[in-house]
Formats: sequence, structure tokens, C-alpha cells
Amino acid sequence: MLNLILSLPILGAIAILLGAPARKTALGVSAAGLLATLIALMGYDRAQGGFQMVYSSTLVQAWDLKYLLAADGLSLVMLLLTSLVTLAAVWLTPTIERRENLFYACVLLIAAGATGAFASQDLFFFYAFHELALIPTFLLIGIWGSGERRAAAWKITIYLALGSFILLVGLVDLYNALPAEVRTFDMMKLQKAASATLIPAAAQSRPYLFLLVGFGILISLFPFHSWAPDAYASAPTPAAMLHAGVLKKFGLYGLIRLAIPLLPAGAQQWAWLLLILLVGNIIYVGLVTIAQRRIDLMLGYSSVMHMGYIFLGIASANAIGLSGAALLMFAHGLSIALLFAMAGLLRPHHAGLAFDRFGGIGKVAPFLGAAFGCAAFASIGLPGFANFASETLVFFGAFKPAVPAELTGKFQLATTFALWGVVISAVYMLRAYRSVFLGPVGKGAEALTDPAANLRWPLILLLAFLLYAGFFPGNLLSYLQPSIEALLPK
Amino acid sequence: MDPHLPWFVLLNPLLTAALIHLALRRAPAAATGLSVLSAVLGLITAIGIWFSGTPSAPIEISWIQLASLRIPIGLLVDPLSKVMLLVVTGVGALVHIYSTVYMAKDESKGRFFGNLSLFMFSMLGIVLANNFAMMFIFWELVGVSSYLLIGHWFTRDSAAAAANKAFLTNRIGDFGFMLGILLLWSASGTVVFPELAAKIGSLNLSAGFLTAAVLLVFCGAVGKSAQLPLHVWLPDAMEGPTPVSALIHAATMVAAGVYMLARISFLITLSPAAQSVIAWIGILTAVFAALLATQQDDIKRILAYSTLSQLGYMVSAIGLAAPGAAMFHLFTHAFFKALLFLGAGAIIHALHHEQNIWKMGGLAKSMRLTFLTFALGYLALIGCPGLSGFFSKDLILLAAWQQSKPVFALGLFTALLTAFYMTRLFVVVFLGQPRSAAAEHGHDGPVAMTAPLTLLALLSVVAGWPFIGHTLMGHDLAEGLHKIHAGGGAETVMSLATAAFFVGGAIALALYSKAKRDPLRIAPLQNKFYIDEIYAAFISATQDLLASVSNWIDRWILDGMLVRGLSGATWGTGFLLRFLQFGNLQAYAFLFGLGVVVLIYLMALR
Repeated sequence: MLNLILSLPILGAIAILLGAPARKTALGVSAAGLLATLIALMGYDRAQGGFQMVYSSTLVQAWDLKYLLAADGLSLVMLLLTSLVTLAAVWLTPTIERRENLFYACVLLIAAGATGAFASQDLFFFYAFHELALIPTFLLIGIWGSGERRAAAWKITIYLALGSFILLVGLVDLYNALPAEVRTFDMMKLQKAASATLIPAAAQSRPYLFLLVGFGILISLFPFHSWAPDAYASAPTPAAMLHAGVLKKFGLYGLIRLAIPLLPAGAQQWAWLLLILLVGNIIYVGLVTIAQRRIDLMLGYSSVMHMGYIFLGIASANAIGLSGAALLMFAHGLSIALLFAMAGLLRPHHAGLAFDRFGGIGKVAPFLGAAFGCAAFASIGLPGFANFASETLVFFGAFKPAVPAELTGKFQLATTFALWGVVISAVYMLRAYRSVFLGPVGKGAEALTDPAANLRWPLILLLAFLLYAGFFPGNLLSYLQPSIEALLPK
Repeated sequence: MDPHLPWFVLLNPLLTAALIHLALRRAPAAATGLSVLSAVLGLITAIGIWFSGTPSAPIEISWIQLASLRIPIGLLVDPLSKVMLLVVTGVGALVHIYSTVYMAKDESKGRFFGNLSLFMFSMLGIVLANNFAMMFIFWELVGVSSYLLIGHWFTRDSAAAAANKAFLTNRIGDFGFMLGILLLWSASGTVVFPELAAKIGSLNLSAGFLTAAVLLVFCGAVGKSAQLPLHVWLPDAMEGPTPVSALIHAATMVAAGVYMLARISFLITLSPAAQSVIAWIGILTAVFAALLATQQDDIKRILAYSTLSQLGYMVSAIGLAAPGAAMFHLFTHAFFKALLFLGAGAIIHALHHEQNIWKMGGLAKSMRLTFLTFALGYLALIGCPGLSGFFSKDLILLAAWQQSKPVFALGLFTALLTAFYMTRLFVVVFLGQPRSAAAEHGHDGPVAMTAPLTLLALLSVVAGWPFIGHTLMGHDLAEGLHKIHAGGGAETVMSLATAAFFVGGAIALALYSKAKRDPLRIAPLQNKFYIDEIYAAFISATQDLLASVSNWIDRWILDGMLVRGLSGATWGTGFLLRFLQFGNLQAYAFLFGLGVVVLIYLMALR
């Protein structure tokens, strides 16, 4: 099954490069991918838990290097996110005038890379698939971007390459720190062998820091975040949706998957640092977001800010906070993809997306007004949407973290800042919504109309999942919780 | 009791709202009908619940159940929620009916009624919630439905601004609310009210901890019930359609803070320090808002400040350990304040959206029924002996008399001010001669408007009569009222309150019965003590300044120097730039391959 889910976008991309009709093929394979993912979710036996749908093929016996696909609840939820956002991104791709086939192939390759990273349980492929997804991202920004696209593409390339490199060093360091008898690339075996003392506490510090910084750069952890807003502002809509919505979650996924079970002592040693940085994400970047006067930059910064909440859930290192973090990855992925999608619909009316060029869109395009309103309120954590349920879990988890008692106070302080961040996010989101969608109809909005009916469906699809997971978080949590608990240090 | 009844009360408006928003936005007649029908059904069911006993088992389903965290969606049906259900569905149903006239010509009627039903759902969720987390969920939902309704006419800049202000101010309060919930959970391991009540006594929590937790939770009420210093949003919220002001910003949503405090009074009584803070915030809000009300000219704003002031009484009563009295006043206030707002709406509607009282006058003759019903609401509010407000306010003053003379003195002064500003409004609007062309054409509305007014007028008279009010409140709350009554000082307080009523009314009568314009012009009061300006200056001096500074740092230091400097040093000039400018696939493939080689190299080295 996982082989099918992974091969669909790859085969689609190849077919498109060979001349198949680009849009139709891409839509076909991404719809099929969503269907296959849903079937995989239903087929997953939650009572049994653990990794299922395992496919393994040994490549290098000596290093235990395998092409190994398997999924637990965490992987499946991330795959669901990937397939949802991919379908919406492909669906909402506007007419591409230049090299349309290459464009769609790139979009599908990002999806393939993300899928591969979430489904591979072999360290090498886990890393390689993510790298694979970065290349088409650079291309999309560099070739089809808007505004300062070259500078943005250049910045994101250097930054993410640097992050990947530090991550690579961290992974090697982690690998070397493992006792010889469990030295393997097999993440399932690693998880099984993991215990608080698998690696001596003193030896956990360095690899954890490498992983934190490496993954952190990929996630736009403060102060390594400045690549993100510019890149998203320049990226063509599908690339922004896929990168902010899905690919950025790779780093968070990696921290949960590797650092939590294998380096718990390292995580505790560096908890103080992570707390400071994540408060930087929430408060400092939150304030920067308030100062933005363009929709795309505002969304880009807000997406950076919300990473702080996911970090907080991860740092709390207990089932509540980690499940909240994982659910928030899903929720944030959908809501930011929605917001970037709609920003993309506005861009033809004013390329700079400046707030003051719009106004009153709710009047001329009521559907867009309502849908953007829903997505905006979702992203600032309104109950009813998945974001609220997951943020709440993060707050509860971080208030009673699984850390030594002397750290608890620091976590509670960070939680307090994070709660204040909820006010900050309401400030920037409502200010933006007011000046763009409410008030008298502005110049940039005069010619605006609601998107055609068939372009509404992808938006409705993402909103529906946000609402479903918000009303009934128990369902996705029943996938996440056992997987998360299996990762907690024994 | 059949557990389906409370579930129906809660979910019926949600289904209605969903149906309207998804299918009926372009069918305003159907949307109106459905919304009104659902509100009336809600009232009937609430009456049914009131007559049936208390449920034997907790009514709840699981929402989140994860490790040590249990958040159910559970419905608590007890005397407190029963009486609140009556208030919310009762006033709600009347306002729905009234709105069919008031909003008849609105082009977004479907959206209006959909949001009204959404509000009913959110409010009923607060009323029925059996735990803190669920209450917080509906607390936020009430905030957003209020945002949507205040901003109903969102192409007006003032409406959009007022909606934002309301939501943001409430969020500041909710910051404390959530923190308080987290503190209580971290100490007790539960968020469910009955479990918390059973446990909290045996936890040996320090006084400081309890005070902090209670005051943080209280922050939520300060936001929602618009107490000092978070009161600024409520007067602006009058930008919404008047039926919304009546239902949400007078009778129900703003009372949610008081209701929540009554719900957790078992916690509040544990901290005397928090109690006195609550009592003082409440009474100061009462005086402060009453002072401002004396110098406003917009009929809805006067009523809005009056609402603030009356909410102050209720909050103060909570701090005086008299939640029964707070709920009693909430109960009577809901009727007469909804009546006053709907009456004001009838006037505004008849006068083509004129809201300035100095452009009204002489409406007693042209709007007979509106005049009569408004008069009853007015008398009830200012505590005319025999009407509902008299009884409920009297109990709060009595509780204050017994516990804190300074609070009592302020409360009495507020009563005097209330009589003064309401008499001013009443005299200027209804008596004398019409002061504008519009005021000459006053006329009563159709039955759908006058019938709610009449019913509410009736309730404003009788709801406070002990044998009616106390019965509806249920045994436990009435018990509390009797205790206050037996606590001494009843006669003194009653005569002082009656004196305040006469004095305040008489001064206003003397000043305004012949006035063409306001003889008093007190600038600080007219300008709301400049608090909006102070807040605006504070926000631009802190938040906006910090935001600009952070933005500058981000652009020029983090991004400008660090990133460019770093990239220059690390990668050598222009090396990577070249790959990118060509969009060169091979270059990326090369980079990717390099990564793999490095990996294998490092591995092999071992």
C-alpha cells in the first residue's frame, strides 16, 4: 500500500515529463493518492498499533541499509496531510504559461519526497527523500516565483542546505553514539531498542544539539527563520502550500521520531535553550508579524510563529504535549495551505498583496470572505477547528511536562508566553482580515469575484478536514496516541 | 429526566446555524423561519427541562481522553443552569421574533439569522458545560459569534473596528482564564466542575495559589462581562444591530461572566483575598459606568453603560459571597434590559436610524405602546419599589451592607446615578416636544415587535416578586437569598435605596424636563475618561513599537547581516548563486549526490 502511495506521484511526475497532459495526470495521481491514503488509514489496525504495512528490501547488508517502508499512526496522519495538501495544491494551480509540464512534475516530486520521508523507516531514505523534495521547491521558486524570486530562492537554498548538512552531521553523530550492537539504519529497530539509557546521558548532548539546530533550521526555529517569509512570499502558490503545509513538518516529525526516543537526556539538557528559542518564535516573530502590511509576508511570519507551539508540545516530552504537537502539525499544515491558496487567488489583483490595496472583499466575494475567515480563525485557534484542540493539548502537556521538577517552572513560564501569543496572533490576523476583507470596498478588490465553483472544492475539502478534526479530535488522536506513547522513553 | 432534552437544546441551534450557512443564505425567508422556529423550540424544551428533575447520571461524551487529561463534552443540569436556560432561550426566542421585523429589509438576513443561531448554540454551551475546558470552548465561540454579529454591517469601518475590539479585548481576558484553568488542572488533575469541587478541599493548596488561580479565571469574566479595565469593547459593540445588543450585549453573553463565577463559587469562597478583589472591581465598574452614562447622548450607548454598571453589581455580589443575589439580579436584569434595548430599537427603527436622544422627544404620544413598555423597563432598572429590579438590586446592596460599608456606599451612589441617567434618557426621549423631523413621525411597530415588548414588560414587573423569582431560581439559590435577608439591616437598606431612587430621579426631572439641550457638559465624562485614548497610546507605545523594532531587527540584523554574512563566509561568493540563476537541475542533482557521498564517506570512515 505504501509503495503505491509513494509511487503514484513519482510515476505521475515521470509521465508528465514524458509528455502526458500535465494537469489531468497530476490531478489524477493526487486524487488517487488521497484515496489510497484514506484506505491505508482505514486498513490500519489501531488495536494492534505499531508499524504496519511493512515493505522491506535490503540494499547493503553490511550497514543494514534497507529500502524500508512502514507506517504507524504518526506516519499515517502525516501522509494524510501530505495527500490532502497535494491534491488541493495541484487543483488550485493556476494556468502555467511557461514549461507547464515541468511545473506539475515539480509539484508532484515535492509530494513524493514528503511521502517518502514520512513512510520510510530507514534513516538513509528518511533523509534522502526530504532532500529530494527540496530540489523541486528551489526550482519552483527560482523559475516561477514572483517578486524577488532569485534572491528568495538563493536564500532558501543556502539556508536549507545548511540545515540539511547540520542535520546530516547530527544523524551521523547519533549513529556513532549508538552502541555497536544496535547500530542500524532501521528506525523501527531503533525505536524498539530505545530506552533512556541506550546512549549514555553525557553522549546525548552533542547529537541532540545538532539535530535540534539542523531540524530547527528546516522548521524555521528562531533565529533561523528569516528564509521562510521571503520564500513563501515569492513562491508560486502550490509551492508555498506544499512547503509551509507539508515539507516543513519533516523537521518536527524527525524530532519526534528520533530525538524523543533516542536522546531524551539530550532533550532535557537543552530544554532551556529550546524554551527560549520557541518563545522567540512565538513572541518575537509574533510581533514581527504584527508589523507586516502584506498578506503573503504576514502569512509567512505567522506560519513561523506557530512552529513555536509545536516545539512547545515536543519539548514537554509527554503523551499529551507530543500528541498535541503532532495533531497541530496536521492542523497547521491544512490551515496554512488554505491561507496561502487564497492569498494566491488574490495575487492577480495586486502582485504585492498590500493590505491597503484591498478592503471589503467579503462584500464582492462572499465565499472567499467566509473561507478566508474560517481559515484565519482556525489558524488563531478558534474552537471547532483542529488547531484549537491541538493547541489546547500542547498547553496542558507543557504545563505538566515530563521533565525534572526544577524545569517545570520554566515550562509553565514558556506556556504563559505561548498563551499570550494567542492574543498576538488574534491581533495580526484580525487586523489583516479587517483591512483586506471588511470595511469599504478597496481599489484592488473592485474587479474581484468569487472563485469558480470547481476551484472552491479544494478549499472546502481542507476546511472540512479541519472542522472534522476539530470537532472529533479523538479519531486522529486514536492513531497518534499509541504511536506517540511507543516513542516515549521507557 | 430524559438526557435527550439538554442535548436537543444544545445541538438544535448548531444544526440550524449549519443549515442556514450551508444552504439557506440565499433564501432569507426560509432562514428566518427556521431560525425563529429553532429558538422557540429551544424555549419550549428549556421549560420542559425546568419541570423535570435532575438527571441521575452525568450526561457526557468523551471529547479528548489522553493520558491524565480528560476533557468531556458534558452537560450539567442543575438549578443554576436550569434558570439560566430559561433566561437565554426566553430572551433569545423573543429577540428572534423581534428581529424578523427589525431586519426585514436587510440584504444579508440569512447570514444574520445563521449567526444568531450560532450565538444561541455557543451561549447554551456555556450554560450547560460541566467542565472548564468545555466552558472555555464555548466561551471562545460566543466571542466569535459576537464578533460576527457586531460586524454584521462589516463594510462600515466603525462596525469592523468594533468587532475586532470586542474579540481582542475578550482574548486578553481569556489569556488569564486559560492560565487559571491550567493552574487548577495542574494541582487537581481534573477540569470537571463536580470533580474539582469534591477534590479541591483535600488538596491543601496554599492561599496564594488559590488566590492566583481564582483571579486568573476571573480575568475571563472581566473580559466577557466587560468589567474594568476591559470594559472598553462593550459600548463600541453597539455598532451591531439593536436586537443583537439586546440579546448578546445586555441579557446573555455579557452575563456569562457572572454565570461562570456563580458556577465556580465553590472555588471563589476558598480565597477571601480574591473575593474582595472581585467585589471591588465589580462595584468600581458599577460607579464608573454609571458616571459615564450620565453624559452620553446616544440612546444605545447610555443603555450599554447602564449594562456595564449593572454587571458591576452582579460581579460585586459574587465577591460578597452572594452568588444567589448575583444570579437573581442577572435574571431580572435580562428581562428589563432586553426590554429597554428592544424599545430603543423600536424607536431607532421608527426614526430611520436616529440614535441621538436630543433629536427625539415627545415620543410618548406617537409611540404609545413602546412608551408604556419602556416605562416599565425604566422603572424596573432604577429600582422603583414593587418592580423586579428593586428586589434584586436590594439584595445585592444588603449583602454589601452586611459585609463592607464602603462597597455599600458606592453601590448606593450607583443606584442614585442610575435613577438620574435613566430619568434623563426617559424624559428627553419621550416627553416634551419632538426635536427633529424624524421624531415627529414616531409610530409603534407591528405585532412581531410589540408582542416581545409587552411580554418582556410583564416579566420586568413580576420576575423579581419573591414567590415568582425565588421559585424559578430553585431551592438552593433561593435559600441563599433568604439568608441574606435574615442577615440584618434589611429595612435600613431598603429605605436608603428608595431614597436614592427618589433623589436621583428628582434631580434629573428638575434638570431635564424642560431642557432643549443638555445643561450639564462634563468633558471627562463625555469622553469616557479618555480611557480609549490612553489605551490606544499605550498600545502604540508598547505593542506597535515593539513590533516595528522587531521587524527592523529581523530585516536588517537577522536577515541582513547574519544570513548574508553567514552565507558569504560559508559558501564562497556566488558559487551557489550560479546554480540557481540557471535553474540548473544537474547542479541540484550534484548537491544532492554530494550529500549522499558525504554520508557514505562518514559511515565508511568509522
